[in-house]
Amino acid sequence: MRLDTLPRVDGERALHLLRDYGVYVGVTLIVLFNIAFTPHFLSLENFRTQAVQVAPVLIVALGMALVIATGGIDLSVGSVMALSAAVISLYLGYGPIVAVLIAIVVGALAGTINGVLVAFFGIQAIIATLAMMIGGRGLALVLLPQLDGIRSPGLRALGSGSFLGVPYLVWIAALLVVLVAFLVRRTVFGRRLVAVGGNRRAAELSGLPVRRVLLGVYALCGALAAVAGVLVTARLQAADPNSVGVLIELSAITAVVVGGTPLTGGRVRIAGTVAGAVLMQLLVATLIKHDLPPSWTQMAQTAVIIAAVYLARDRGRT
Amino acid sequence: MPTSPVLDTRGLTKRFPGVLALDGVDFALRPGEVHALVGENGAGKSTLIKVLTGVYRPDDGELWHHGEPARFTTPSHAQRAGIATIYQEVDLLPLLSVARNLYLGREPKRFGLIDFARMHHEAAETLRGYGVDVDVRRRLGSLSMGARQMVALARAVSAEARVVIMDEPTSSLEPREVETLFGVIEWLRGRGVAVVYVSHRLDELYRVCDRVTVLRDGRLVHTGAMADLSRLRLVSLMLGRDMERVEREGATTFSGEREAWAGTPALEAEGLTARHRLHDVSLTIRPGEVVGLGGLLGSGRTETAKAIAGALPLDSGSVSVVGTRLKRGASVPAAIRAGVSLLPEDRKHEGIVPGLSIRENIALAAMPRLSRFGLVSEKRVDEVVRVFMERLRVKAVSPHQKVEELSGGNQQKVLLARWLALAPKVLLLDEPTRGIDVGAKAEVQRLVDELAEEGLGVLLISSDLEELVEGADRVVVLKDGAVVGELEGAEVTEDALMAAIAQGPGGGDGR
Repeated sequence: MRLDTLPRVDGERALHLLRDYGVYVGVTLIVLFNIAFTPHFLSLENFRTQAVQVAPVLIVALGMALVIATGGIDLSVGSVMALSAAVISLYLGYGPIVAVLIAIVVGALAGTINGVLVAFFGIQAIIATLAMMIGGRGLALVLLPQLDGIRSPGLRALGSGSFLGVPYLVWIAALLVVLVAFLVRRTVFGRRLVAVGGNRRAAELSGLPVRRVLLGVYALCGALAAVAGVLVTARLQAADPNSVGVLIELSAITAVVVGGTPLTGGRVRIAGTVAGAVLMQLLVATLIKHDLPPSWTQMAQTAVIIAAVYLARDRGRT
Repeated sequence: MPTSPVLDTRGLTKRFPGVLALDGVDFALRPGEVHALVGENGAGKSTLIKVLTGVYRPDDGELWHHGEPARFTTPSHAQRAGIATIYQEVDLLPLLSVARNLYLGREPKRFGLIDFARMHHEAAETLRGYGVDVDVRRRLGSLSMGARQMVALARAVSAEARVVIMDEPTSSLEPREVETLFGVIEWLRGRGVAVVYVSHRLDELYRVCDRVTVLRDGRLVHTGAMADLSRLRLVSLMLGRDMERVEREGATTFSGEREAWAGTPALEAEGLTARHRLHDVSLTIRPGEVVGLGGLLGSGRTETAKAIAGALPLDSGSVSVVGTRLKRGASVPAAIRAGVSLLPEDRKHEGIVPGLSIRENIALAAMPRLSRFGLVSEKRVDEVVRVFMERLRVKAVSPHQKVEELSGGNQQKVLLARWLALAPKVLLLDEPTRGIDVGAKAEVQRLVDELAEEGLGVLLISSDLEELVEGADRVVVLKDGAVVGELEGAEVTEDALMAAIAQGPGGGDGR
């Protein structure tokens, strides 16, 4: 992302460049295609719709990118969103701000449990978070067995209001992108999490608090998922623990991988993750606008993922 | 008894990019002999074993099996020919039962199904002969390492092996299990099975082996009867030092003598003990002193360094840095805070973080000191990186270059910079010049000198005798995880060092 680290372009490097910057090329191409062939693509209303739709996925993907940078994965993000939706509905009586804060704390707690299982008990991330994925949604349904309409004006405003013509949802997502990018680039914690993913043994021997770093990363991922849960609930004006966030972990992982963060860890690309989420969103929107059946959409997504993983295949080598 | 060899190689040669791993090796193995295969790291032992067992194919030379030219293209091919290997890392399936492991691939069958009753019965019977008396239905993983090794051995032998290759078989065994192993080897010898025995433990070699082959730098430097070779001669063959004329003008760049500083020792390690690895190791390093740690591979040098750095759990013992005692079971961060830095031996797996830049790699350990309220100060990082890249002369396009793109020597310098950035009081260097080019090697050696002159206490681990003799003011010699000798001042010569390394049982209080 830094220009001064841009490698010189020679034969073999072209592939690496495509791997690292292909996602931006993809976004550019799909935007150009839409400008040329999709009516009303360049309308403000369309941009707003796309941005509002991508915001929750993007927020979840930010947390996912951090977890993946440590060499882990978090499958429980969708269930944490459901938990957060249920908690909001339960605590809305104390006012929207209190309810939202509690929801985020609960999300961070769920993430902490993931972190403890991974960092201290040495359970594989995919299994630990799979357990939380199942248990989290179960708990959400215990707390709130069915869809519950949200009548809080404050929360409704959060879901549908806007500032300077840009929806609050988009502002929040943008703010979080900046914060996470800052975290990764400028803080000790951010630098360490990448090192832990790159070579855990070396990180340990260099005196890094490896387990504390992992714990923090999973807690943060949980908190971000909870924020996404809050936003989706506010937008739907209903808390729906049954369906909120279902399969979002896959969209988030896709955004991260397509954005150039390797699943093996040791690297994280926040701008790439944003572009990855946008690319997948536009891809789906484009195909829908051109009246292609959903099965086409899925196949197109598959093609993008395979292309991304193919380009990333030599990243695991050292 | 000049029987015809069961396995022999003629002019065996194997190349890897940039390395000649085996260079025209003639190795003969006769039935009923226990043949020691020795050599230091990189001598070519494992390559030879891998060629014998069909893992590698030789680039040149011939392999003869029972007097006929043979070509093993796969490990299973060699196994079918009766060549069994027992690796250091037991290659069995820990989640399957003991009996399943023993009979894997050749289970007794009945009506096309595995006859478990018979398999369990026979497995129990067989294993009792190896001193392993366990329920054979248990998962293999629940057994001790020693017992697992015995299962591996039993598996190899009951597969009608005519040649059994054992790679460091005793490294994870209890003394009692070692005795059982020797019993089994005796029994194999009686049945005319040829055993290749790879070990660094001289006592064991002299106890069980009939003949010995010494490899060095891919070449066979000696082969003959074990009894005809003195320990001292064996060690000098392995290390490539001519006993008669050890020259001291040397190829290293260490300066001559220096005065150690008076006052509190930089490091005092006392009675470091960790099961199987270290037995009561004590050493002291004064500020401004370079203490060498000598010994063969597996003698506990790396473990000692790791224990001091808090990276190896200790059963007992204590470490003090400049008079301050570290808490028992201290962690790596605590040791680092106290001023201990360890440059690990395995640069790739324990040192560099490959995806990160030179800059990030250098700043990794010192991050807390280069930041405020959790925010990294880029200015201070840049400053530290600039200073150390200059001082260590790291050759790179820019500090932002990926560390994995650098040569081994430059990677090593980056790691040294990482540790020096912590301004340590004690620097533990584990094979600091291994695998780096001559130029970088000279620079690292000069640096060690400079650092000591600045008052650091340095522990230098090296398999290069010359480096140890010229670089260290004092050398502590380890063997089987225990201190067996200490050389100081004028005593530090290659002869004396080899003698200390080679000394027989009773020379130390090891096992």
